[in-house]
Amino acid sequence: MLSINKASERDHLVIALNGEVDASNSVELDEVIQEAIAENAHKILLDGSELEYISSAGLGVFMSYLEDFNEKQVTFVIFGLNEKILNVFHILGLDQLISIKNTREEAEQALYEA
Amino acid sequence: MKHELKLYCEKSRLAELRVFLSGILSASGLNEITQNQLILAVEEVCANLIIHSHDCNPLNHIELEVNINQDTIIFEIRDSGKAFNIIEYKSPEINAVIKEKRKGGLGLLLVRKIMDKIEFETDPSFNTCRLIKRLKSK
Repeated sequence: MLSINKASERDHLVIALNGEVDASNSVELDEVIQEAIAENAHKILLDGSELEYISSAGLGVFMSYLEDFNEKQVTFVIFGLNEKILNVFHILGLDQLISIKNTREEAEQALYEA
Repeated sequence: MKHELKLYCEKSRLAELRVFLSGILSASGLNEITQNQLILAVEEVCANLIIHSHDCNPLNHIELEVNINQDTIIFEIRDSGKAFNIIEYKSPEINAVIKEKRKGGLGLLLVRKIMDKIEFETDPSFNTCRLIKRLKSK
C-alpha cells in the first residue's frame, strides 16, 4: 500500500510518501513528480519519513528525473529515510547523486540555500 | 528449514511475497538491514520474471523455495516462462540510466550487489534461478 500526499509550503512543494513503493505502484510516484515538474515547481522536498519499503521500480523513478531536475534547475531533496531504505540508496551509490538529509529542517535549509 | 510459496504473476502479489519473506527472515536472527536487502533482491528477480517473462499473466505462477541452513540462505526461484539468464544479463551503468532517463535496469544491479552467489539453470520445463547469501559474511 502506498499513499502520496502533495502539499505546497512557502516556496516549495512537499511530496510525502506513506507505505511501500514497488513495481505495482511506482507509476503513481512517477505521476506526482511529473505533475510537479509540469507545474514548474523549482523546489521539491520528498518526505520519506513514513516510507517503509522501496524497490528498484521506485528508485528508477527518481533516477529518471535527475536530468530533468538538472535542465529545469529544480532542487530536489529527500529527507527522513529510515536506515533500511537509506542502505538501499547506499548500495547503488544513489546517495551520491541525490541530495538526502536526515531531518526536515536540514532538508529545508538545503532547499533554500541552493 | 524449507519454506515454499506459489506466486501468481501479478505485480499486486509482490506485497504478498514480502510478507512471506519477512515472516521467514524475522526468525533468522539477521539484522533488519540485511533482512530488507534479501527481501528486495528476491522481489527484484520475481518482479522481473512477472513483468518480462510472463507479461503479468495472472494465470501463470512462479515458485519460490527458501532454504535456511547453518551458513547459507538459498532462495530458489523456478518458473516456466521465457528463460531469462540473469547471469548473462549485463546491468547498465548508473550514468547511462540517468542519461537515458530509464526507469528500469537497477533491479538486477541490486541483486548482484546484495547476494554472494547467483546461479541460473534452464531445461525444457523449468528455469531455475538460485540466489545464495552466506551468513555471517557481512
